[in-house]
Amino acid sequence: MTGLEDLYREIILDHYRSPRNRGELPVPPAHRVEGFNPLCGDEVVVYVELDDGTLSDIRISGQGCSISQSSASLMSAAVKGKPVSEVRGLIKTFKAMMSIHEARLGDGESQGASPNGSASGETVGDPDSLGELAALQGVVKFPVRIKCATLSWNALAQGLDEMGAA
Amino acid sequence: MEKMTLGALSCKEDFPLLSRVVHGKRLVYLDSASSSQRPQVVLDAMDDYYRTTHANVHRGVYSIAEEADHLYEAARLSAGRFVGAPDPEHEIIFTKNATEAINLVAATWGRKNLHSGDAVLLTDMEHHSNIVPWLALAEEREFELRWLSVDEHYRLDLSDLDRQLDGVKLVACTTMSNVLGTIPPFAEIAERAHKAGALVLADAAQSVPHLPTDVGSLGCDFLAFSAHKMLGPTGIGVLWARHELLEEMPTFLGGGGMIRDVRHDGFVSNVLPWKFEAGTPPIAEAVGLGAAVDYLGSVGMEAVRKHEVNLMGYALETLGDRFGDDLTVFAPPGAEERGGVISFAYRDVHPHDLAQVLDQSGVCVRAGHHCAKPLMRRLGVSATARASLYLYNDESDVDALADAIAEAGTLFG
Repeated sequence: MTGLEDLYREIILDHYRSPRNRGELPVPPAHRVEGFNPLCGDEVVVYVELDDGTLSDIRISGQGCSISQSSASLMSAAVKGKPVSEVRGLIKTFKAMMSIHEARLGDGESQGASPNGSASGETVGDPDSLGELAALQGVVKFPVRIKCATLSWNALAQGLDEMGAA
Repeated sequence: MEKMTLGALSCKEDFPLLSRVVHGKRLVYLDSASSSQRPQVVLDAMDDYYRTTHANVHRGVYSIAEEADHLYEAARLSAGRFVGAPDPEHEIIFTKNATEAINLVAATWGRKNLHSGDAVLLTDMEHHSNIVPWLALAEEREFELRWLSVDEHYRLDLSDLDRQLDGVKLVACTTMSNVLGTIPPFAEIAERAHKAGALVLADAAQSVPHLPTDVGSLGCDFLAFSAHKMLGPTGIGVLWARHELLEEMPTFLGGGGMIRDVRHDGFVSNVLPWKFEAGTPPIAEAVGLGAAVDYLGSVGMEAVRKHEVNLMGYALETLGDRFGDDLTVFAPPGAEERGGVISFAYRDVHPHDLAQVLDQSGVCVRAGHHCAKPLMRRLGVSATARASLYLYNDESDVDALADAIAEAGTLFG
């Protein structure tokens, strides 16, 4: 359907129909965080396990729209097995990609709009380095859906904070 | 104004916004249950007011102040007659919206009259506006909240009503569900509630715009509705309540306009209705509401209702024919017991995604919990898609909805 190709790319629909890493993990040692979008009823539950500075395992459960669920699935595939510091970086890069403010500004001054760095010197990853996650780039054209896309990522970040992971 | 004829002649041309084009498609507005559109006459009335007559009300002696006052109070009487108020001059209170009207009752009548040991009866199909004020007050005043449940036909289950009414001081119930379209047997509930010694509050936000309303026939003691759902502007709503109740109720918001005297040691509140209208009111909005009442009056609420019943029939038939079991509609079976609200589920397509695809075709529907989370839980879903009909909708809008749903089916396979 024309006009929605940016939103509903094949990768997104694939992850929606066949979500990766579905299920639960025993808590403890895993940590459980819930994300909830009151506007539309999307729910995401993230189970995350850390092992020696690495995100050793992750599961996703919950229900919601194709954007929220596919984003959660894509996230789980992207972060599984990565060092926590890299996971933090991915969260930052993803959220920057989802930031409509940055998209509108589109100049080097704003963090995240510039792919290779920012004014404050922090390295924000190149959206191209996001691999499959880049499929969600189109969501910024549909601002109401940004919250759907970032739901699981915010839950993951909260989980890492709660676990005291650097 | 000449009488509009619906069915044969659409009144779409009266509504400027409906000629908008979105994503290259005609705008098909099917979200009037959330908010309705404005006819040109309402826009003109508000504009004229600001261009020629605006001045603060109840405060000035000069000509335009008197004119403004006259317009504002005329709107009050119009709104009152629209719902059959016996004494509109004193019983119609302007608020921000229906939500504020219900909050007013909870904060004043509720706080004064509800104590530990009392009960308030709500229903599972209430909008949050008719739940949260009571939840909050119940925590403060420690009274019990009870709930009438929804049966498998999306009707209120009244089988245990008399027992549930025992000890109840207030029944707060919708006159039309914004999710299911269900029109409960309000008059019957009110009669039984009164027999049990309870007062009755009607959340009429969905019904006043869509069917003839008479507070006497409903038997309610309080009634709330919003202008923006009935072709009027946002920012103004109405509380109707029986005169004796309003006299007894303590004041709500404090400030200018609602006092007769203010001293260091206290104040004397003003007479009705201004006792409950603090500060400069939404005057232009009242004028807009008055114009909306006039417009609906010229069409005739019986005609509006008949149009929606017919169109709803066409909609359910069309959706049934085209999608069969793939599409579930959450509405009671009888045409007379429901309004033009169509909450539905289509295969396993999430309502949010459905609404997105529909938007591409210019079709505006709502997806979410519709401020009725207890009802969503009862239905076993977290969200539904909802299309709603009003006098400016016709068969072509229903056809556009059906076509767009089919597109969603293709995209989400």
